[in-house]
Amino acid sequence: MTVHPVERVLRRRQRLWIYLAMAGLAVFFLFPLVFMFVSSLKPDGQILSDVGGWRAFLPLGDISFRNYSGVFDRVPVGRFLLNSLFVTTVIVGAGLVINSMAGFAISRLRWTGRGVVLSIIIATLIVPFETIAVPMVYWVSQLPTLLLQNGQLVYDFGWLDSYEVQIVPFIANGFSVFLFAQYFSTIPTAIDEAARIDGAGWFTIYRKIAVPLSGPAFATVAILTFLPAWNQYLWPSMVVQDENLRPVMVGMQYFFQDNTAWGEIMAYTSMITLPVLVVFLAFQRAFVSSVAASGVKG
Amino acid sequence: MKRKSLSILAVAGFSAALALSGCARASHDGSSSGGPGEITMWTHSAGNPGELAVYQQIIADFNASQSQYKIVQQNFPQGSYNEAITAAAAARKLPCLLDMDGPVMPNWAWAGHLQPLGLPDDLISSLLPTTVGRYKDTVYSAGYWEAALSIFARKSVLDRNSIRIPTADKPWTLDEFDVAVTRLKANGYTTPLDLGAADKGEWWSYAYSPMLQSTGGDLIDRGTMKTADGALNGPDAVKFFTWFQQAFKNGWADNAGPVGNQRFIDDKVALSYTGVWNAKDALAGVGDDLLILPPVDFGKGPKIGGGSWQWGISAGCKNADGARAYLTFSFQDKYLTAFADSQVVIPSTTAAAKASKYFSDNGALHQFAVLSQKFALARPATPGYPVISSTFEKAAKDIMSGAEVKSTLDTAVRAIDTDISSQNGYGF
Repeated sequence: MTVHPVERVLRRRQRLWIYLAMAGLAVFFLFPLVFMFVSSLKPDGQILSDVGGWRAFLPLGDISFRNYSGVFDRVPVGRFLLNSLFVTTVIVGAGLVINSMAGFAISRLRWTGRGVVLSIIIATLIVPFETIAVPMVYWVSQLPTLLLQNGQLVYDFGWLDSYEVQIVPFIANGFSVFLFAQYFSTIPTAIDEAARIDGAGWFTIYRKIAVPLSGPAFATVAILTFLPAWNQYLWPSMVVQDENLRPVMVGMQYFFQDNTAWGEIMAYTSMITLPVLVVFLAFQRAFVSSVAASGVKG
Repeated sequence: MKRKSLSILAVAGFSAALALSGCARASHDGSSSGGPGEITMWTHSAGNPGELAVYQQIIADFNASQSQYKIVQQNFPQGSYNEAITAAAAARKLPCLLDMDGPVMPNWAWAGHLQPLGLPDDLISSLLPTTVGRYKDTVYSAGYWEAALSIFARKSVLDRNSIRIPTADKPWTLDEFDVAVTRLKANGYTTPLDLGAADKGEWWSYAYSPMLQSTGGDLIDRGTMKTADGALNGPDAVKFFTWFQQAFKNGWADNAGPVGNQRFIDDKVALSYTGVWNAKDALAGVGDDLLILPPVDFGKGPKIGGGSWQWGISAGCKNADGARAYLTFSFQDKYLTAFADSQVVIPSTTAAAKASKYFSDNGALHQFAVLSQKFALARPATPGYPVISSTFEKAAKDIMSGAEVKSTLDTAVRAIDTDISSQNGYGF
């Protein structure tokens, strides 16, 4: 089948317009990042003077890396990055395992009260974290913990000022359980039945069948868990007193003194945005395909 | 099967180990301090190397001066400090020593978080009145410094526009001020005045309630502390807020930002209503042309907000004597001067001000010390202040945006009075 030359030209033109529109959108969405990075190279006065014009997006004037050295003078940024990386990795890793197992149990196993449990899990999504933050502080401050004191194992109460208080409350996640349950329900049950006939237990079916077939769901949950975990601010502000345990987002407040250090804020945000961009780029393809898949099948 | 057995064995072994070790409770004194003699101290100064350096010096000197107590400092960023305090109070884990923004103190004292400060009378009486936090005639907090607001201007600009330069003894009247901004606008400044309206939070009460008080109104009836009726919605309050609304409507001021003093330094505005914390940059940017002018007299004399960050002792502090010893030690003039010069804030004693490079009689920012002494008025010392402040901010922003003045103020009064009633008058 041949395409008429006129039609070909029209298609090319149409494609050109689409590309132009997409390029325009890409530039539009890149503006904040460009502004952030360019401003991180300018002194405070110049950032404020340039705002409102094109100069805000161009590395013009007094350009240097002074703000980056200023960040290190003001904030233990390396420590904060490591803390956030550790907390986020554990939340994401443990969350993938636990929430996928919960989702699998709800989706594939047949047990009484399954629907009620799923409803309760979904209901947790409508409770804003801010409303339960203070009661949760009281609760975690009463939880038992084991410590090594003078070579002896001792117990105490209170999880404040620790890594576990930043991690444990965020591992189980209603949305992740729901998303996994939805995705697992798209896998044909005949596979389970065949595996059961071959003698496989439920955990084997989960591990060897459900998990390998659910890559996009895992990627989506990973990225959707990663972002809020990385961006945690309110909770660590309340429960972490030791500077050595603070995550990156609390560090942002270090720059808001009586005079706001805008240049250093931009340098700091450039540094802490980098890991998020890397994660997004790494999972981008799986993320998009999972959203598309769950959009069609959900 | 083998794996399952191993897991069960591991759990059983761990439990047995715990039981055999006679797992006991961790030993500590259970107070809000750490170990014996250890006094935990929280500051809002994380990210402020200059301020932290002075604290570290004081703590090092105090710890070296005696062996009974040891101060352990923990620093929080200012923006998340109140959340940390709220959480620690809920968990009963407040530190012994904590700093707080002056107007918040009565709320914390009322909530039972603080105990009376108990510092020597001669020390308290040596401090600027607005650096001492009193609630129901009891001192709960005291600060090393004070802040002050003023109007920044360029002498050359005022001279060129034939505008009188006001002094602390003869500040601008409201009529004079209106003429001045009208003239500045007519002569080239699109927005002649930066009131800092792009800012948010406590700034609104700190900056604009003194204007209200200068007109004759107030945030609350200070005689009873039980109602805002008549103070925040009376004729004087309506008069002030009508002027406030007109200032934006006439284009004398805007809320475009940025927050800070950059527009004044760039000569985009002629007058900037801002604080001592912006004075150093303004001096560097404007030099000898900089004028630090008193606030406008709206009718009842100029007013500026008083009460900056202050120190208190938590109610549960088991080492309160040590905390008092530390605070008494820390209020030495040399430390107050160090804070003043590193932070560009007004020291709380006259002797410390005299030794300061900025605030001594010949210092470039001496005028701020004068303004503070003459015009500072503390915000109402009531536990209801946080609600008053946020209600005031909302009302003032609505009025700035064009809301009807009287009804907006009536709504604000109802909100404040409802809060006071719901708390049984906060004990007044």
